Amino acid sequence: MKFLQDTLHQAGKLFEKGRPLEKLYPLYEAMDTFLFTPGKTTPKAPHVRDHVDMKRVMIFVVIALIPATLMAVYNTGYQILLAKGLPIDPAQCWKLGAFKVLPIILVSYMAGGVWEVLFAVMRKHEINEGFLVTGILYALTLPPSIPLWQAAVGISFGVVFGKEIFGGTGMNVFNPALTARAFVFFAYPASISGSKVWVAVDGYTLATPLAVAAQAPRGSSAIEALNHAGFTFHNLFLGFIPGSIGETSALACLIGLAFLLITRVASWRTTLGCVLGMLAMSTVFYLLRGPDRLAFFNLPPHWHLVMGGFAFGAVFMATDPVSSAATNLGRWIYGALVGVLATLIRVINPAYPEGVMLAILFMNAFAPLIDHYVVEANVKKRLTRIAVKNV
Amino acid sequence: MPEALLSKKNQKIVKDGLWDANPITFQILGICSALAVTTQLKTAIVMSLGLTIVTSMSNVIISLMRHFIPSSIRIIVQLTVVSAVVISIDQVLRAYMFDVSKQLSVFVGLIITNCIVMGRLEAFAMSNPPWKSFLDGLANGLGYSAILVMIGIIREIFGAGTLLGFHVVPQWMYAHGYANNGMMVLAPGAFFLLGIIVWIQRAISGYAESA
Repeated sequence: MKFLQDTLHQAGKLFEKGRPLEKLYPLYEAMDTFLFTPGKTTPKAPHVRDHVDMKRVMIFVVIALIPATLMAVYNTGYQILLAKGLPIDPAQCWKLGAFKVLPIILVSYMAGGVWEVLFAVMRKHEINEGFLVTGILYALTLPPSIPLWQAAVGISFGVVFGKEIFGGTGMNVFNPALTARAFVFFAYPASISGSKVWVAVDGYTLATPLAVAAQAPRGSSAIEALNHAGFTFHNLFLGFIPGSIGETSALACLIGLAFLLITRVASWRTTLGCVLGMLAMSTVFYLLRGPDRLAFFNLPPHWHLVMGGFAFGAVFMATDPVSSAATNLGRWIYGALVGVLATLIRVINPAYPEGVMLAILFMNAFAPLIDHYVVEANVKKRLTRIAVKNV
Repeated sequence: MPEALLSKKNQKIVKDGLWDANPITFQILGICSALAVTTQLKTAIVMSLGLTIVTSMSNVIISLMRHFIPSSIRIIVQLTVVSAVVISIDQVLRAYMFDVSKQLSVFVGLIITNCIVMGRLEAFAMSNPPWKSFLDGLANGLGYSAILVMIGIIREIFGAGTLLGFHVVPQWMYAHGYANNGMMVLAPGAFFLLGIIVWIQRAISGYAESA
């Protein structure tokens, strides 16, 4: 260990002021602090004493994403075998899935990383570990058949326009990973929507559960349509269904959520708010169901929680500490509105089969406003308290 | 002593309109039309020509009349002049380029309300002689045009794979999985491009907005 550290620091001298690689100092700094705890102390107050810094927080999120990533790899392979009508062999699932999913993750990290380093060098700030999270979050929201160059263009847009133009990590209004996905969604709709892209087999058409429920004829039972297409509740919960690579399994997201809550990285209020918002809105639809209504209306509320990108969005995207609301009450409001909007878009709007991405981005824009009013209300409440005392 | 036609001062007027005080990237005016007519290069060029003619001509006319316009009704007078010029241009377009005129639809008519035109009349033509006003109008019009044409070229190439209607993205690229960017056809695409252009220009000129 000592030897490794010495070697790294020896190489590090090349990056110091006045040495040939001075401009690339952020790169060295990033490597150094990823691998070793930095020996620096903060020059100014507050001197927080805690083993957790931003790098550890981000690493926690990456760890929380491991179940979803493993599931993504396995399910991608599983869907390929299923589509080709071959016998399901776990080893084969892992292999086929890895061949599809790993390139997407790698491309996402590399293309986004180039921009990250470029901005760090130009603006002379440290390379931010937030990108470790953005890179994989984004990759997991793409369909398995996405052309790699489109994935690269998308993440470039997300990093530059979602984050860097606002001033880098901590300043971004929108979640960079979702911004990147939204870009791909609007720029290359053929690669990320419809029924041809969810299984990584050329020309194979398979509708996602969301599409099945949305396209069932008016008045018919949505559950029957889903079951008929082979989607049981059990299936949807475990995640052996076609969809964006990392979002299919609600179970994997729940494991990730448990980890995030134990380490207190994510706010349970936001996630619970999302769940309650979605349940409330889908209950309203459920009560309005009828013979001439959309079939989606009569889908029981709990089904909504396991469909599409909801679990993934509510656990990993909505809870992003930068772009979500920061006050406790604000988190409830923010989360609930994400859930309500996502359900609204998903059920009512035929143009968008899934509403979670748009709902979260939309609420990202409103998060500062929500926080502002929560703080104002608190100030007002306390002022009246003082006024009473003075009387 | 009469000033030379292209004296130092006059050169500065031209440079201001084109670069230092470019109506789009510096004053952030005329954004609406810059987003609306730039999905194709052709409409962008026609729109640019229209606006350049309107700003320069109305600047000259108002400058000639500036001593006779009562200041209490000057906006009405300016609008009348601008409308007259715009309507003439609209009629010419309809007579000779009917299809382009249809694509531009209301946007030619809306030049009347374009902030750039009114802005130049108020800020410059009301207090400067005709030749200077002409240069100012022309420079601002061309500054607007430069940005529009740039956005038009990028949006048409990346959004539709064509330029002025000719295919420029070769077929083999499509065969290898290249796809047109749907974002470029939508208004947000133009917004992002405009943002990038403003970013680049301000990075070069070193201009920063005071807080």
